Amino acid sequence: MDQLLYASEVLVNGLMTGVMYSLVALGFVLIFKASGVFNYAQGVLALFAALTLVGIQQGQVPFAHLINAITGSHISSFGWTVPSLLAILLTALVMVGLAILIETLVLKHLVGQEPIIMFMATIGLAYFLEGLGDIMWGADVKTLDVGLPQGISETAEAWTAALTGYGFFIDRLDIWATVIAALLVAALVAFSQYTKQGRAMRAVADDHQAALSVGISLRFIWVMVWSIAGFVALVAGIMWGTKSGVQFSLSLIALKALPVLMLGGFTSIPGAIVGGLIIGVGEKLFEFYVGPLVGGATEAWFAYVLALIFLVFRPQGLFGERIIERV
Amino acid sequence: MLYREAGDFKTSYRDDSQTFPLKLDRMGYWVTLAVAFGVIPFVITDYWANAVLVPFLIYAIAALGLNILVGYGGQVSLGTGGFMAVGAYATYKLSTAFPEISLLIHILLAGGITAAVGVFFGLPSLRIKGFYLAVATLAAQFFLVWLFNKVPWFYNYSASGQITAPERTFMGYVISGPATSASAKYLVCLVFAVGLAWVARNLTRGTAGRKWMAIRDMDIAAEIIGVNPLTAKMSAFAVSSFFIGVAGALLFSIYLGAAEASETFGINKSFLVLFMVIIGGLGSIFGSFAGAAFLVVLPVFLKNVLVGALGWPTDLAAHLELMIVGALIVFFLIVEPHGLAQLWRLTKEKLRLWPFPH
Repeated sequence: MDQLLYASEVLVNGLMTGVMYSLVALGFVLIFKASGVFNYAQGVLALFAALTLVGIQQGQVPFAHLINAITGSHISSFGWTVPSLLAILLTALVMVGLAILIETLVLKHLVGQEPIIMFMATIGLAYFLEGLGDIMWGADVKTLDVGLPQGISETAEAWTAALTGYGFFIDRLDIWATVIAALLVAALVAFSQYTKQGRAMRAVADDHQAALSVGISLRFIWVMVWSIAGFVALVAGIMWGTKSGVQFSLSLIALKALPVLMLGGFTSIPGAIVGGLIIGVGEKLFEFYVGPLVGGATEAWFAYVLALIFLVFRPQGLFGERIIERV
Repeated sequence: MLYREAGDFKTSYRDDSQTFPLKLDRMGYWVTLAVAFGVIPFVITDYWANAVLVPFLIYAIAALGLNILVGYGGQVSLGTGGFMAVGAYATYKLSTAFPEISLLIHILLAGGITAAVGVFFGLPSLRIKGFYLAVATLAAQFFLVWLFNKVPWFYNYSASGQITAPERTFMGYVISGPATSASAKYLVCLVFAVGLAWVARNLTRGTAGRKWMAIRDMDIAAEIIGVNPLTAKMSAFAVSSFFIGVAGALLFSIYLGAAEASETFGINKSFLVLFMVIIGGLGSIFGSFAGAAFLVVLPVFLKNVLVGALGWPTDLAAHLELMIVGALIVFFLIVEPHGLAQLWRLTKEKLRLWPFPH
């Protein structure tokens, strides 16, 4: 009985972790749906957003390290702090600027290239942004605090204790992440279904040329999609940054989002959520039951192997569009 | 005026289909080999061997292997680091278990073992394609590194979890372990690199290479004209993994002397070799060497300029290096998706016409 209770606690926490994976995966799906680009840089975008947010919040001087190295000065900070909400808004603006830059400098020149070339270009972009983020704001581990509650949720503990006699450990941050993710998905779905720009976005996703011929600006839509993806990255960056500090490893969650996408299908927003939940629960339960037998740390590969085995039977993922190939 | 086919008459089919149809190219090839074997081993210093030449040769082998898979076979793989680890750990286990057999044979055997592992992880390629496959090969990367970290048998239960290259000799010369001379390291790697490049060149222009390219260009169409996708894809994975395994074995036993799976063979290794292939040129033997040379020399060069000449802190130089590598990749993909090899080809084309514009 105890074993079962522990397992259900692991299950609940797995669901929460899954939501966090889904947040990153969402950004991937958005860009893939609208431009057919598989954006490897999504994780680094989250890292970059989190770094920028901390930098703005604490009034750091951008490129301080570089300026000091060249001129021999010792500047590091403007000496003010920016309130969280304003800092988030400013960071969102930076992400929009970044989206415009990416579109004009990279994507515009790669229109019509094979998907795999685009994929590799985003890997290059990821390296570039990683270096840029570090040079701009410094590579040290930063703590991010935008006022989200953290620590064990007493309400959930008391509630589960009353129900089963054993209080579950649930992080309040995870609960918040779940709520925010739900709101984000609802907003995104509403945007793509009920607004003019959302319809234009879906048209572009369907067929670039047809969309162009009815007067939809491809470039505007791409900038818009990358801005939204940057915003989703910001949300993911805030969540993960609050959870485990803003550091390089944040960009590696992109690698974790890949199996999530493969499970859910690259083109489906609900797929990203369901895939994230399956991976989150799966890896936590696997670690709980099998991990101790094989030496632990199975979370490093479980998601990939699961996705691999799954794909062999259903190559388009759970909710992906059926792949039809013609010669 | 020298760089011409004119006057160089081919009198047999053999001459006609040789790798270097131009006389100057042939001479350049032989001169390069002569310098590489006859001059460099006598003048090489420890710094040049360890910083540039040995890593260049080893990564060139790895890039050749990955190029066979990605550039010729069209199967994108991100598992290179994991497969290199298989080569390294196989060499370690073999050479500690059978110390009386030459290390060079063990390295080749390790390549064979890696080929088998590669075929196993390549099996899903029959069902999934493109970047679905790229992500699936990440499973190989993470699983293999985890395996070598968690199962003590692979590192002979050593306390540190590291594997250390034992001292081995070949014809009286030390070729492995801390006492190895710079020229010995260089020569071993050179022999493997030249031999494997020769194999790769001849495989890719023969039946096997044509099958791989057919599969790369369109696998369904290839299947219809009679290329068996099973054998073509699996042989591409096998040959590629063999090369990568040998590179991993050399990296561990000759170059580094010690290795730890997640440190030495992490996901960054996979990306590094992939970038070498992209920058060098997909589907080109020369490109594999050019890409490896570029990405081995670039950090050394940047470090010398930024840290040595300008006196910047090393971490700043490292970040700038990331930016430059990233920007270069994007730049190459935009300007010349076929990489350095294509630039070289264009230069040669211009040279043949010079001094005329057409």
